[in-house]
Amino acid sequence: MDPRPDRREILLRGAKALGVLAGASALAKLTYDRGGWSAHRADGAREVRDYRVADHGGPSDFSVARGTDLTAPAELVRQAVDALGGMRRFISRNDVVVVKPNIGWDRTPLQAANTNPDVVAEVVRLALDAGARRVVVTDASCNDPGRCFTRSRIWAKAHAVGADVVLPAEHRFRTMRLRGEVLDEWPVYRTLIEADKVINVPVAKHHNLAKYTAAMKNWYGSLGGRRNRLHQSIDLSVADLATFMRPTLTVLDGVRVLLRNGPQGGNIDDTRRMNVVVASTDQVAVDAFGCTLIGQRPENLAYLAMGQARGIGTMQWNSLRPREIDLNARGAHSYRIVTPEGWDATALARAVHSPLVLPELA
Amino acid sequence: MSDHPSPIPWLGVVGVVPALDAPPVLATPSPASDSARPEVVKSAAATVEVAAAPSPLDRARGWVRAKLKGKKRPGSGIPARKIIVWLRDARRVSQAGFLGLFLFLLVRTEFRGGFAEGSNVRLPYPVEAFLLADPFVSLMTVLSTHTVYRALWWSLGLVALTLVFGRVFCGWICPFGTLHHLFAWLMPNPRGATTGGRRVRANMTWPYQHVKYYLLGAFLVAALCGSAIGGLLDPICIAVRAVGLGVLPAVSYISGRGLDALTHTNVHALQQGGDAVRDTLVATVLQPRQYFFHQTWVISALLFVVLLANRWIPRFWCRALCPLGATLGVISRHAIVGMEKDHSKCTDCNLCLVDCQGADSPQGGVKHRQDECHMCLNCEVACPEDVIKFRWFPNRRSETFAQDAMDRRKVLVTSLAGAAVIPMARTSDTIDANYYDRLIRPPGAVEERSFMERCIRCAECMKVCPNNALHPAFLESGVEGLWTPILIPRIGYCEPSCVLCGQVCPTGAIQKITEDQKLGNPARRVEAIKIGTAFYDHGRCLPWSMATPCIVCEEFCPTSPKAIWVEELDVPDRDNHPVHVQRPHVDPRLCIGCGACEKVCPVQDRPAVYVTSVGESRSRTNVILLETENYNRS
Repeated sequence: MDPRPDRREILLRGAKALGVLAGASALAKLTYDRGGWSAHRADGAREVRDYRVADHGGPSDFSVARGTDLTAPAELVRQAVDALGGMRRFISRNDVVVVKPNIGWDRTPLQAANTNPDVVAEVVRLALDAGARRVVVTDASCNDPGRCFTRSRIWAKAHAVGADVVLPAEHRFRTMRLRGEVLDEWPVYRTLIEADKVINVPVAKHHNLAKYTAAMKNWYGSLGGRRNRLHQSIDLSVADLATFMRPTLTVLDGVRVLLRNGPQGGNIDDTRRMNVVVASTDQVAVDAFGCTLIGQRPENLAYLAMGQARGIGTMQWNSLRPREIDLNARGAHSYRIVTPEGWDATALARAVHSPLVLPELA
Repeated sequence: MSDHPSPIPWLGVVGVVPALDAPPVLATPSPASDSARPEVVKSAAATVEVAAAPSPLDRARGWVRAKLKGKKRPGSGIPARKIIVWLRDARRVSQAGFLGLFLFLLVRTEFRGGFAEGSNVRLPYPVEAFLLADPFVSLMTVLSTHTVYRALWWSLGLVALTLVFGRVFCGWICPFGTLHHLFAWLMPNPRGATTGGRRVRANMTWPYQHVKYYLLGAFLVAALCGSAIGGLLDPICIAVRAVGLGVLPAVSYISGRGLDALTHTNVHALQQGGDAVRDTLVATVLQPRQYFFHQTWVISALLFVVLLANRWIPRFWCRALCPLGATLGVISRHAIVGMEKDHSKCTDCNLCLVDCQGADSPQGGVKHRQDECHMCLNCEVACPEDVIKFRWFPNRRSETFAQDAMDRRKVLVTSLAGAAVIPMARTSDTIDANYYDRLIRPPGAVEERSFMERCIRCAECMKVCPNNALHPAFLESGVEGLWTPILIPRIGYCEPSCVLCGQVCPTGAIQKITEDQKLGNPARRVEAIKIGTAFYDHGRCLPWSMATPCIVCEEFCPTSPKAIWVEELDVPDRDNHPVHVQRPHVDPRLCIGCGACEKVCPVQDRPAVYVTSVGESRSRTNVILLETENYNRS
């Protein structure tokens, strides 16, 4: 018969058994779940992304550059930004700059559903010239991103001037607390917000539900998740997003404008070459002015009034020391400092080169 | 027995065995009698050394090999021919290389965007190359369509290769075969370890190996009856399907969940690290988002089962089931390179069987099965007695073919079964009557009967689809349509300007179409290709029944003019306050059935707008409108 275990071993075994029991109890205590039913709600303060620079008193906060069909879009961008005091007013040395065009749709530049690639490239170039360490161009597209980035020509042209073109990937979205009126928790595209400066480069176009969209609505591209619900309250969600994202600078592409069947378009007959680029520090003002390009009135766009009421910006763009640059066909240009009272939207819309047949106002 | 005049040395017969045509070393008795005849051993060793004349490099290599294997070459210890050892190594390199190439082409079966000028999107590589080189696929589609579709004539190259070298494709090239080779090596038979009797027995020729020829017969007759259903078992199709739709998404899922955990730590450095890993994965092998495939677990489970079978029977798949292997086996009867055996020298040590891939009877005393042989050359490398020789124009005295051993009546019966399956499948209500309304085929797909003649279920189209829209059908189009592509708009819609599925389709089940043909071009009087038509479920639609504005569907509708148009009106809400809504309607003349509306509908579980196949361009019967005028034409 085998010998009995000695006292020492019995004690050791007992201690081990007790240890296991104690460990299991401790684990159970740590991971105890009382159960019950309550919707998951993260606490946390409202997150706001404010990339504006302190006002150093540039010559203007709102500029419009207009040209002819022969004017290069890049020249319009240069003139518009210069009128605000140049890119150095906004970009510091070694900044990481994110340029956010509208690359939402699988459309070609002529169809004017995405930002004009030359406008994007010029903004990138200006930012790099101003000393930016890295310029990222990205957007969370509606259609297949690879296709949108390629066929909009933004990938090629932005890459050529030295931008990092980043395609959206699922893992790049992270839930944040926006605490807006309709947008509470949403997955936000981190590549867009991990930056020192953010330049919004929207395209002006018709939108069948919101009537006209450009700068403020462009932040739809910073959201992931199921954006399709936002349409149920499109004005509020646009205002919520513009409250969350405060860009350094907004450069509006009005080189070719989609007048009907927006936001996706698809028919070149729905677009018109307008050769306008607007630059401003105020995204509300940009939209208030931009909507006149397609014959809308700012007072028809509820999200503008909401934006103004929340203090995001002003619909009165003529209060922002506006400047207008008119580039004629020969490339010579005249500067004009416009007094607020001498400059109103409809007059400007009429002044846009090709005579505009305004669509019926809603 | 007159072919084997020698006495049998291991039975202990005393005396030097007369040599036949080789150095006298061959007469060396077994190690047991070494002590009895030391002088013979010495002379034998000397002869070997003189014959081999090893260079220092060879000696070093031999030392390393001996160290790795831990023992000397057994039996007579005659080294294998250098060229054969070299070819065996070359075969391993080739297997690794082709498996790598296959995986590279598979992960590149997607559009990643780029700087391309112009607006046409094409893939930079011929990602379907392995399928184009597949003679079984060609043979099936030639029998079913009586034509060779485009680049399928590449497969003649593989036929030529097989006519020279036998089934080198199976042993040297086939990525699926290499996978089995690898798994058979990873998990040897539990009983018998690496060299034992079970493994040797498993590697002998068994009658189950005939099954693949019966299957081949059945599939070819089925093809003649109008169905390329054999693609279900084509090894390249299985490899693309199982790895592309099963393994890669699973890898993506696992890595995604793992790295999500890092993101959730809220430690900045960990997040950055996780992002960097994720960015790299996305830039190389994975896709930027998680892909999901309809009922893909069946595909993964079958892969698991055939890989597991290697534990008991190495390369069970290749030996028993592979119809491509059977096709090549039939062709390899006429191969120029083959095996010669000198049965008189065989000591029945069975070392040749230990690593035999094809179970083709390399051992002495029986005839070699050339049509089972994968030309892996392991047997000649292993043979210490100089019995086996691969050479040009071998004599056929010790060759035989599986087909000779097969029962003709069984061939006839299984072929008839192949013929019977097709009418059985078609007379159930899957193609001609009461078919599934959500059977939406990819754009450019040919009419359903022609589709069945061509589709080999290779899943290239599903892998390449940028929106995860194409899926392997389970039973939606009946048993016959298992794993053929269907579009599930709720998971992904058909990207309007994309024609990649037709580009990668090797057999023309999805024709190669242009962007103009897909979208329609009124200026050139080209009609858009329709794959279905959208319908509204008014009870679930927000503007229709809930007095809530929405029209995301209209926003995404890609046609111009839009197929979805809206009716503006004020509707009362519950408290009788008017709410301005836009109610969407579909114009069936303009709708192309892409499913973008269904994909983006905010009613998440069962969308308020959905696409069914009616109105698809490829069918003359699955129609709604009595109209000859096409509104996509100006």
